[in-house]
Amino acid sequence: MAQAVLTAEKLNKYFYDPAMIHVLHDVSLSVCEGEFVCIMGKSGCGKSTLLYLLSTLDTAYEGALYINGIRVTGLDENDLAHFRNKHIGFVFQFHFLLPEFTALENVMLPALKLGKLNPKEAEEYAIEKLRQMDMHEHARKLSGKLSGGQQQRVAIARALINDPKIIMADEPTGNLDSTNTAIIFNIFDQLVKEGNTIITVTHDHDFAAKSNRILEMADGQIKS
Amino acid sequence: MMLPVNFKIVRAHLLSRKRQTIIAMLGVTFGIGMFILMMSFMKGMNDFFENIMLSVTPDIRIYNDYKTDYSFSVAQQYFGESPQSWIVIRHPRPKQITLNLKNAPGIISDLHKFNEIQVVSPLVSAQLLFNYGPVQLGIVVDGVDIREEDRLFGLSDKMNGGRPENLLTTNNGILLGYKLANKLNVNIGDMVTAITPSGVQSRFRVVGTYKFGISIMDEYKAYISLASMQQLLGKNRDYITDIRLKLKDMKNAAALASSLARKYRYKAEDWETVNASVKAGNLIRDTFTYVLSFTLLLIAGFGIYNIMNMVIMGKMKDIAILKAEGFAKKDIVQIFLSQSLCIGLVGAVAGLLLGFLLSYALSLVSWPEDEWIVIKHFPVNFNSLYYVVGLIFGLLTTALAGLLPALKASRVDPVAILRG
Ligand SMILES: Nc1ncnc2c1ncn2[C@@H]1O[C@H](COP(=O)(O)OP(=O)(O)O)[C@@H](O)[C@H]1O
Ligand SMILES: [Mg+2]
Repeated sequence: MAQAVLTAEKLNKYFYDPAMIHVLHDVSLSVCEGEFVCIMGKSGCGKSTLLYLLSTLDTAYEGALYINGIRVTGLDENDLAHFRNKHIGFVFQFHFLLPEFTALENVMLPALKLGKLNPKEAEEYAIEKLRQMDMHEHARKLSGKLSGGQQQRVAIARALINDPKIIMADEPTGNLDSTNTAIIFNIFDQLVKEGNTIITVTHDHDFAAKSNRILEMADGQIKS
Repeated sequence: MMLPVNFKIVRAHLLSRKRQTIIAMLGVTFGIGMFILMMSFMKGMNDFFENIMLSVTPDIRIYNDYKTDYSFSVAQQYFGESPQSWIVIRHPRPKQITLNLKNAPGIISDLHKFNEIQVVSPLVSAQLLFNYGPVQLGIVVDGVDIREEDRLFGLSDKMNGGRPENLLTTNNGILLGYKLANKLNVNIGDMVTAITPSGVQSRFRVVGTYKFGISIMDEYKAYISLASMQQLLGKNRDYITDIRLKLKDMKNAAALASSLARKYRYKAEDWETVNASVKAGNLIRDTFTYVLSFTLLLIAGFGIYNIMNMVIMGKMKDIAILKAEGFAKKDIVQIFLSQSLCIGLVGAVAGLLLGFLLSYALSLVSWPEDEWIVIKHFPVNFNSLYYVVGLIFGLLTTALAGLLPALKASRVDPVAILRG
């Protein structure tokens, strides 16, 4: 078995507002290098909540999380921010881009933040990523001027810019029509072939069928 | 293009809402501009009044402040001392008082020995009546050693016509304030008649007129030589009522005055004590200026606080994305605080410029015609210190106003926003 990139041990998550609910019950899982894992389950069962824990954005939980061999549970906010910047690429359901910036600048920002590449290299690399998404022709457009499907492709390019250890996506096609959904799925196929480690939440069974492993969730627990 | 990434974001944010940015800047600009204008003008006023005051006030004045000792009374000599009876005397009057300084020449030569003292100018002053047709004008006439008086108040520079030294060369010469000369309708070379309170009459030849720019000097004052005055009052050559001093450093006046008072047993007043009201006026103007400017800046600060809060409300999603991308709390604080500081810096620099232009314009405006003081334009003091203070003030206010919203932005929970 390949090296585990991500390991979660007995994650428990509660919400206290408006009433206390126990959203995740003792969730444990492990994802290996190069693996493509799909999380499926009914709406409201806790998929997004789990993904936010795994992405280190949400730190209010019980249990322990290891990514890339590092225990991220308990790290302070600034360390986590750096950690996310370097190791995690996130694709949201709603293609969130920064409206004041062009497609290219949106992709470049995480690279500039990381500072491993100088601005010129970062720009070249960002254009390469956009080309991979077939978005290079729109690189200089303000992100708000792009269609939903185009924005999601830019968002994927942004998630990839720092060559993260894991790519996480929460229903990346949830807001797209079938044509754009097909395009995004093709891109993910490509990413899997390139050996990326991917965890994605989806409702699409055809998409899930291509994955290495499907995690069925129900009532805050992983069934299989 | 080579800006650090956080500042790229700052620039993009500021430029994406130019109107709001400019309005916030204008708030600071007006606050600082007004501060500069007020400070420059108020300080100009203070300087002006202080100059006027100093131009007619010696650093130290030594005189005989007659206080009669009423504990002793001649009544005792008549009624004798008896333990059974009270003697009540209402409104006692002194039998005889002398206004002059005894041993004035001795004091003067002693004062000349002080290193600290630059000018020693003796004075005998009297109120004389000048005839102008049927009207008699009461004028304070100073009998002075005109050379010393010139060094004390810089009379030479204030002459309208004639020279102060003319007093020395002309028998019974007199220097008149230019307004008084106008009033008496006399020119240089003309004669004027003056009468002492005791009825002695004397004629003087006008040998010069001067202009101090302040009514008490120009309209109600005249100079004659010390000897003429002593003669007019029927006193001898040692009769001196006041000695006025000019020091090398006027700041030492208060200390020196009290030691001189102790030494000669006469009253010695320093310029600060005499002009306490001018000092109080300065203090009031300064306080007023600071309070007003502070209020203006406070309002500008609230403006920035409001605008930054609104900006952050509208940028919740962006903040969440930045955090998800790996921007840390301190980056978020930096991004939003820098926006306030940019507004503050540009606004403050523009404010300094505005303040300078306004105060320069004010310095060109002519002062309304005034009976008491002569001043051509609004007095303005262009001191660079106010510009430094203004800049620091502006940056501090905007930093404080921007800090709270920026901290609030850094505490945004990205998960709550990204969930939608
Ligand atoms: N901020 C929150 N406060 C309270 N309850 C929440 C909050 N976020 C999510 N929940 C609840 O947690 C459960 C799981 O939500 P979520 O993880 O979004 O489900 P999924 O993504 O599987 O549809 C839901 O019942 C939802 O109502
Ligand atoms: Mg969800």
